[in-house]
Amino acid sequence: MPSKTKKAPIMGLQVLFFYLFAFIAVASAFMVIAAKNPVYSVLFLILTFFNAAGLFLLTGAEFLAMILLVVYVGAVAVLFLFVVMMLDIDFAELRAGVLEYAPIGALIGLILAAELIIVVGGSAFSPEIAKGIAMPIPPISERTNTAALGDVLYTHYIYFFQIAGLVLLVAMIGAIVLTLRHRQNIKRQDIPRQVARTPETAVEVVTVKPGQGI
Amino acid sequence: MEIGISHYLTVSAILFTLGVFGIFLNRKNVIIILMSVELILLAVNINMVAFSAFLNDITGQVFALFILTVAAAEAAIGLAILVVFYRNRGSIAVEDVNMMKG
Repeated sequence: MPSKTKKAPIMGLQVLFFYLFAFIAVASAFMVIAAKNPVYSVLFLILTFFNAAGLFLLTGAEFLAMILLVVYVGAVAVLFLFVVMMLDIDFAELRAGVLEYAPIGALIGLILAAELIIVVGGSAFSPEIAKGIAMPIPPISERTNTAALGDVLYTHYIYFFQIAGLVLLVAMIGAIVLTLRHRQNIKRQDIPRQVARTPETAVEVVTVKPGQGI
Repeated sequence: MEIGISHYLTVSAILFTLGVFGIFLNRKNVIIILMSVELILLAVNINMVAFSAFLNDITGQVFALFILTVAAAEAAIGLAILVVFYRNRGSIAVEDVNMMKG
């Protein structure tokens, strides 16, 4: 009995925080697509990611929650913010025909959401599925989430991990190659020319007569 | 009442639908379309993590990590293409992208 009375408020807190995170995530996701100014869209995207990280924490995926904050809020969202502010775009013009397809879009969206919710929300998953699991999560008292993830990631999924690194490398090189441009008539360092210089070409001896200057 | 897997799947379904609806709504603005794709990938990630937690199987979290990687790469490449396109055309409207049509 004591354990039950102790457990009840914790359960209530979990429910409370789930609904808090879920509601703010959905509301800010709606604002992402509905905001007039794309800067606000990016900021609402950041809020969505924060609340999704909260949902991850509630399920026990602590490492992924932190990675979501670091990678998305720290890198991707800031990248979006940079691009939105760097490009000088008339966003009002882009929003001109925004409500043209809104009714049919809303209809399709409602149908899609209703179907998805009926399928995933109404059904219970049979305990049979849990028997076929590949990598059971060790109890949190024995191994932290990060350590458990590392145990699997660096052994069983090492090739996938390497390929993920390769994907990031290709993305980095691709982004640099795409956006690099060689502008003419600006001064820049030319390393081959610098290396090819010899004393003969670089130094010139001039005899200056007194009082005349060069 | 207890929070089960279906609660998480419902949230992720709503986020996914909002992402799809965002692509419908902002057909002209590539930046918002990219953000909608990020929302869709986030919904998939919530699905993965929810199943991982409720089946007690850590493979779902490993998958979510890889999805995160690919999403970051996709955002970087997409925004780079956007910047190059803006330099060439001075606009980011999707309707102008048919410049390569013969």
